Amino acid sequence: MTPKRKKRLVTAALILTGGTVAAALILTAFEKNLMYFYSPSAVIAGEAPTGRKFRVGGLVVNGSVKRIPRSLTVEFTISDTVHEVTVEYEGILPDLFREGQGIVAHGKSRSDGIFEASEVLAKHDENYMPPEVASALAAAKSNTTPERSQ
Amino acid sequence: MIPELGHFMLSLALSVACVQAVVPLIGAIRGHSNWIALATPTARIQFFLLLAAFIILTHAFLTNDFSVAYVAQNSNTALPLAYRLSAVWGAHEGSLLLWVLILSGWTYAVTIFDEGLPPRFSALVISVLGAVSIGFLSFMLFTSNPFNRLIPAVADGGDLNPLLQDPGLIIHPPILYLGYVGSSVAFAFAIAALIQGRITAQAARWIRPWAIATWIFLTLGIALGSWWAYYELGWGGWWFWDPVENASFMPWLLGTALIHSLAVTEKRGAFKNWTVLLALATFALSLLGTFLVRSGVLTSVHAFATDPGRGIFILALLGTVIGGSLILYAWRGPSTFAGGNYEPISREVFLLLNSSLLAVATATVLLGTLYPLALEALGLGKISVGPPYFNVVFSAVMLPLIAILGIGQFSRWKSDSPQRLVQRLAYPFSAAVAATAIMMIMLGGQKVIAAGVGIGFAMWVIATTLFGIRERCHGRRHPWFIIFNLPRAFVGQCIAHIGFACTIIGVVVTSFYSIDEHQRLAPGDSAEIGGYEFLFVGLRTYTGPNYQSTEGNFELRRDGRFITTLKPEKRLYHVRNMPMTEAGIAPGFTRDLYVSLGEPLEGNAWSVRMHFKPFVRWIWLGALLMACGGFIAMFDTRLRSPKAVRTVAIIKASNVDP
Repeated sequence: MTPKRKKRLVTAALILTGGTVAAALILTAFEKNLMYFYSPSAVIAGEAPTGRKFRVGGLVVNGSVKRIPRSLTVEFTISDTVHEVTVEYEGILPDLFREGQGIVAHGKSRSDGIFEASEVLAKHDENYMPPEVASALAAAKSNTTPERSQ
Repeated sequence: MIPELGHFMLSLALSVACVQAVVPLIGAIRGHSNWIALATPTARIQFFLLLAAFIILTHAFLTNDFSVAYVAQNSNTALPLAYRLSAVWGAHEGSLLLWVLILSGWTYAVTIFDEGLPPRFSALVISVLGAVSIGFLSFMLFTSNPFNRLIPAVADGGDLNPLLQDPGLIIHPPILYLGYVGSSVAFAFAIAALIQGRITAQAARWIRPWAIATWIFLTLGIALGSWWAYYELGWGGWWFWDPVENASFMPWLLGTALIHSLAVTEKRGAFKNWTVLLALATFALSLLGTFLVRSGVLTSVHAFATDPGRGIFILALLGTVIGGSLILYAWRGPSTFAGGNYEPISREVFLLLNSSLLAVATATVLLGTLYPLALEALGLGKISVGPPYFNVVFSAVMLPLIAILGIGQFSRWKSDSPQRLVQRLAYPFSAAVAATAIMMIMLGGQKVIAAGVGIGFAMWVIATTLFGIRERCHGRRHPWFIIFNLPRAFVGQCIAHIGFACTIIGVVVTSFYSIDEHQRLAPGDSAEIGGYEFLFVGLRTYTGPNYQSTEGNFELRRDGRFITTLKPEKRLYHVRNMPMTEAGIAPGFTRDLYVSLGEPLEGNAWSVRMHFKPFVRWIWLGALLMACGGFIAMFDTRLRSPKAVRTVAIIKASNVDP
């Protein structure tokens, strides 16, 4: 091999190794931070992971919002019209959170079945329905057997 | 009648754009000078037609013409005048009109400042810009015409989204658009270079100020958006890795790579391939941004309509641009752009490494943004990628980039020796370590290693920049006088790099030292955050032009000393029945104090969110410095037209020191 070729080979090998390592690291971080969405029916059916964060969404059931006095803890129920999940959240709810509104919560399932939310999202518009919630409702309507929403 | 005139102007502009795209292109390829000569007038006529259309739409907003559907959806008689004006680009159709108007504005500017270019080349550039304009004008005319009538007209309009009723949002979209659309000039330049099969140093010099100008607008636009999110969304965040933010951030990252790679191409004749590819990709990502934001794929404040026809149209446009330019690149690129020789240790290589790292950073953001969308489109489930992914991966790419930035600033073009570099870098390295130690002590509180690393890297950038200036002035007779005579490109570079360091410091300190408290407070209660006392004095209600407000009154004290009063509000906008949070902020150079109202609780109490945000202003201050640096570099004498450069060269030659 001429020196020039050797240099090229070394460069190419370095780039390849660097690229592989970087890609591996990126994909690991990516996998670790993925959050899946489950409808209340899927959560009740036990499809949602335990010990890992996920998202759940549905309509806030009328009359279900309860505040624990002298604290910022709120408890409410969300529903996809077939099944319901109780959510507990400590903190300030978004402006557009209200009963009957579609919301999405991030958090973990507790062993007592209550979903402990670390974040509650209700977006931008009074007519707006989060797409996840819309399709969860549609899935629940078309399918009486609980199934993970697609 | 007047709105129909606007519609007519748009149709005329489309036909003019067709002429602008086709005739100069054929002329440039075949060498017909009178065909080439059509480029300038068609581009200018198109601009005036679009300007007229824009003025007509503005007029409809000013006169509350609710027979125009777009006005009826986004304005209201009670809306204040300034917001009636900004409502022109407050939603989909109008913002698209602004998009094409800005595109034709950039084209107009190209026709003015093209003296340095061979007429054939500039005709090609203008024709490519015309083709882009055709795409967007037909998109507007066929799927989202702002002049569509609403019959029968309504008595009053649906009002502008209250989130957009804010002074920051009046200028944020136009500035960001100037950046997005500006990347089309570099794109047109790259396509023209591919068609011609070569890039002359002169052409590379010509495109630099355009690429920098684009980058300045993107920088300012993104910073404004971040600042707006901080004070308007009411929960103190300044960056959410929201797909819409990513959409503007990706072209910025690649645009940064582009201006650096372009500098090498212009000065040393190297990396022509890479520069062209970056210019193509920057524009493609700007288009992707438009697609993501405007098509309704993403649901956010930016996505106005979920009309599948629109999404498919933009997707087709995107496919044509990306596919077409890549095919052209594959066909013409490799054979035509060779050149430049440099050693493995040289400034060229450091710049190449960093522009590659910026491309990798872009790719990671792209993955996190598009992967969930792709999965969902394929029906494989709904996932979201959390901010931790972006934070971890992005910092991992940024650290080597920052390290190399410091070394690169000190290295020589063409070839350098490792010994010399190590020797030279010892001083800035020690200075950076010392500065970091001092800053960590001054910040106090709990010491976090990650924060120290972040600040250390920022100090490394500042130290190498300052020592670089010193090296430039060293050995001159009047070193302090020399500073004012340094080339503007160099001065701009230094200011921008220091701005970058400021942003890093802001990001790191805010991320690690912020305090965020949610508390239940009744009037008379107080809370202590970060050594500051927030006293909740009381509430009052008042009526705004189109909303009802509950305003809190907080007194801020430190060690018993009164500092200021904060007035956070909770507003209810009538027309859309939408609540909004207005934060109360006490800004400061080294810290912000932030309070916003949550919800009324039992009794007279409210849930209240309070933040202590150290150095948060540095994030935007840094962006401002980066933009300033770009602005100064843009006016480097070397980048002016050849005539100007020649005169300067003559003057310099006659002033040469013996």
